[in-house]
Amino acid sequence: MIKFNNVTHFYNTGQNHKITSLSGINMEIQEGDFVAIIGANGSGKSTLAKHINGFLLPGSGDVYVDGFNTKDIESIWNIRKKVGMVFQNPDNQLIATTVEDDIAFGLENIGIEEEEMKRRVDWALNIAELNVLRTSEPHLLSGGQKQRVVIAGALAMHTTYLVLDEPTSMLDPKGRKNILEIIKTLNEEKGITIIYITQFMSEAAQFKKIFVMDKGKIVLTGSPKSVFSQADLLMNLGLEVPQITQLARKLAENGLEIPSNIITEEEMVEYLCLYI
Amino acid sequence: MPFETEALKNINLEIDKGEFVGIIGHTGCGKTTLLQLLNGLLKPTKGQILIDNIDIHQDKRKLREVRKKIGLSFQYPEAQFFEETISKEIAFGPNNMGVTGKELDERIQKSLKMVDMDYHCYKDRSPFTLSGGEMRRLAIASILAIEPEVVVLDEPTASLDPQSCSKILSVIVNLHQKYSKTIIMVSHNMEIMAELAKRIIVMEKGKVIMDDTPRNIFQYSIEKLENIGLSLPPVTYTMYKLKKIGKPISSGILTVEEAKDEILKLARSIKRK
Repeated sequence: MIKFNNVTHFYNTGQNHKITSLSGINMEIQEGDFVAIIGANGSGKSTLAKHINGFLLPGSGDVYVDGFNTKDIESIWNIRKKVGMVFQNPDNQLIATTVEDDIAFGLENIGIEEEEMKRRVDWALNIAELNVLRTSEPHLLSGGQKQRVVIAGALAMHTTYLVLDEPTSMLDPKGRKNILEIIKTLNEEKGITIIYITQFMSEAAQFKKIFVMDKGKIVLTGSPKSVFSQADLLMNLGLEVPQITQLARKLAENGLEIPSNIITEEEMVEYLCLYI
Repeated sequence: MPFETEALKNINLEIDKGEFVGIIGHTGCGKTTLLQLLNGLLKPTKGQILIDNIDIHQDKRKLREVRKKIGLSFQYPEAQFFEETISKEIAFGPNNMGVTGKELDERIQKSLKMVDMDYHCYKDRSPFTLSGGEMRRLAIASILAIEPEVVVLDEPTASLDPQSCSKILSVIVNLHQKYSKTIIMVSHNMEIMAELAKRIIVMEKGKVIMDDTPRNIFQYSIEKLENIGLSLPPVTYTMYKLKKIGKPISSGILTVEEAKDEILKLARSIKRK
């Protein structure tokens, strides 16, 4: 379990332009969860994500990963083995000259023996659908492929939790879809906990639970259906509801008996068939 | 050369003054190469690029003229900021072209106004204190300061939140409508393209495979788009599905508003029967 206990974080501490980036965050993410975090630019999403593996430490309060406190220097390596991080720009996270070397990098660093390393690299290549690219040079891959290499590198460490900070913002529609499919499989079949930050409401709609952030606080938590039924609140926070939900709301306002929190195209088609 | 790749293959394309053109296609389809050719950052291996009937690579002085006419904003343009203040950041381009003094100041004021940023409020601030959305607008302002006729934007909304995203889009629409700029925009966001572009160019493997109005593309070429793995705006897709299962609905719906009107029209006519 990941637990945030009244976590506050400041940037520029001790200077006259101190910024409160996180303010009294209390949050629990259970093993196996499939959660999205949304919020306007500057609402604290990335700062929150960087607290999960101890890249950033709380100004006050505590972050626990499976009971280990990120402030505890003795536990930090345990925590980083459990929590894999995937950022926006894969180019910043790729270092080796071949895909398989890149995936093995983390394992070498923690001294995994060769046989086990090979097994894990094969396993990760397989899950991220990278078998045919194993000897390719990472910088020659497409954005979506690069992002899959980063994910595979994290998986090879046998992470329990995978934190992805806008991993699809630089990808084309196909790459985006592919990444979402892979993390869904990871969650459903391998039980890996997914914490996914996104600016795309249609992506957030595919998760089991959504945390909504505003000005360093979590202001709304719930299933996509319950979160996206609060369209006015979301708009005040600089967010929006998915396009299909926008349509449902407009139809409901015009007298069609249709729930205003429809989020998927399939559901919309089903409801509309009742009327037309 | 070992890594030689044919990024673009025999492209024939004409863009008129005042158009709003959207370019879509996968990573690696040649979009960025095309944009870089447009203002002479790259030179075609074969073929010509004519701007106002002049071959841009004919002589070097011409190229300078071209760069004044075509303002190019790359992906994540904020990564290129380096000045201490916003007015210095905007001044950099025109200053290099020899604009100074009062005219330079006027250009800074005008450019900020065009992206809906208040001159007095922003001029002395550091570019690095801006929010993500403001940074994007500043990047556009610094291009506008060279007074280009054509504004080329590569993924202007990438990783912005919905509100900053719609703000920047309204700035772009304004550049087109109020300031009569020709807009060429690359985006992976089909909802934006369907709503804003007047013409969409679809690229695949270095070729232009479609070139039409959004309405025609999202009406007649849906299967083709799906085959190359491009997505459709969710409302367009929903209406397409309804049509496919036999509902008497018109396809090629581009926006939420159009979808609403179409569904209500149909629902009412069925009720009357």
